[in-house]
Amino acid sequence: MIYDALIAPFTEFEFMSRALIGCIALSLAAGPVGTFLMLRRMSLFGDAMAHAILPGAAIGYLVAGLSLTAMTLGGLAAGLVVVLLAGLVTRATQMREDASLAGFYLISLALGVTIVSLKGSNVDLLRVLFGSILALDDAATILLCGMTSMTLIGLALIFRPLVMECVDPSFLRSVSRAGGPVHLVFLALVVTTLVSGFNALGTLLSVGIMMLPAITARFWATELTGMIFVATLSGLAASVVGLLVSWHFGLPSGPAIILVAGCFYLLSLAFGPRGGLILKILPQHHLEA
Amino acid sequence: MSGPILTLKDVTLGYDRHPAVHHLTLQITRGSLSAVVGPNGAGKSTLLKGLSGALEPLSGTILTKGAARMAWLPQTAALDRSFPISVFDLVAMGLWHRLGPFGRLSPTDRTQVHDALSAVGLSGFERRTIDALSGGQLQRALFARLMLQDADLILLDEPLAAVDTKTSADLIDLIRTWHAQGRTIIVVLHDMQIVRNIFPQTLLLARECVAHGPTEDVLSEHNLARARDMIEAFDEAAHVCAQELVS
Repeated sequence: MIYDALIAPFTEFEFMSRALIGCIALSLAAGPVGTFLMLRRMSLFGDAMAHAILPGAAIGYLVAGLSLTAMTLGGLAAGLVVVLLAGLVTRATQMREDASLAGFYLISLALGVTIVSLKGSNVDLLRVLFGSILALDDAATILLCGMTSMTLIGLALIFRPLVMECVDPSFLRSVSRAGGPVHLVFLALVVTTLVSGFNALGTLLSVGIMMLPAITARFWATELTGMIFVATLSGLAASVVGLLVSWHFGLPSGPAIILVAGCFYLLSLAFGPRGGLILKILPQHHLEA
Repeated sequence: MSGPILTLKDVTLGYDRHPAVHHLTLQITRGSLSAVVGPNGAGKSTLLKGLSGALEPLSGTILTKGAARMAWLPQTAALDRSFPISVFDLVAMGLWHRLGPFGRLSPTDRTQVHDALSAVGLSGFERRTIDALSGGQLQRALFARLMLQDADLILLDEPLAAVDTKTSADLIDLIRTWHAQGRTIIVVLHDMQIVRNIFPQTLLLARECVAHGPTEDVLSEHNLARARDMIEAFDEAAHVCAQELVS
């Protein structure tokens, strides 16, 4: 009974096991990246970038049809171009980063929708926007795992200066010139994670697997390591539970995964031991001095 | 003491072509203990930013003699106190010059971090996150980080702002200890009493150098009044500096 409900879908159907592998790989990279985004007060950056990768994916689609590999590489290129342009404009002018990013991502989004409409239908656009994790083939799964592995390696390489850049950027500037490059590499890692997720969850929902587990973790851990651990675990659990819910109730898999992650967030918001609402409402005695 | 550790030649520092402090020419002697004073908006923080290398001069040159390692403590506002990092990890950042981005903390390094925390009176605070520290405790932790940087030249921007009397006295003791070890220290301060009591050298700024030298000479009534008069408002429609056109 339990085997049939929880294990069999993944062992007996190849597309489900591929979906599970893809989701696990994605959650492992999205947890740490999302945690840093949240801590840098850039939670909405992922959302902007999810829109920005659209023209690249659309060009990939125009060139090679519904090839996940072509669309992924196109999306990656578009995202990196937008990040780089926004970064350069911020450094070269008075413009703040959020404003310059808004300019470029909106141009990028409009361009993407125009390109898709040139050759395609609303169904294709929906496919790009919302993905289809159950349609991952071997090549797309390997690409997804490769990209998330690269993200984790990249994050490990810049981890220390990235933490310093987050906590005390002027200190990092006084001891090293790594601040600017580290920031750009981090943004590139965000784009890579988003593009990894867009095959599975689509451009719009891939940001969900990055941010919802991260903001969930804020209610459970006080230190960075703990937050990254909780975020990753929460993303993994949402992936598994979401896939099972989607299987048993015939729901679309991407939204099911993100809705489960959303439920974890709402539960944490209510019951989390670090600032959860219930604990705030309940009368509590103060501790000894 | 011997020779200059820092030499400024006609240095102008500012933002977007507007000078915050201009045409500074002076030397800082190796091993000296100097205060930088002046009214609000005099360009004191900008000067330290320029000396630290975080801000490129609009014109002029800043020369650092020898292989002097520099440590700069800006005003704490630059630090994100909500970031979930422990006091131990914050202080351990001071070992960057030895560890770089990939080096691992050795047992000796760990002992050094504990010793630095103990020296600033923060033993037992290692595992606390920085958001749990008071303003004074955070400043102590940042001084512990400075100790680990083991710098020849230390730049402190208003290190005693918003700390209680006891913390202030403890931090001044640390500054004196560093000076006794032969380090060069430049401190931006507002408290003239502390400057007169502790600092042999003073630079009085008012967007340019009003006076630089022995503290008792620099802090004369005449110089202080002149500094107050010299502070001008930021002028968006300012002309190109006449001195720049001549040179």
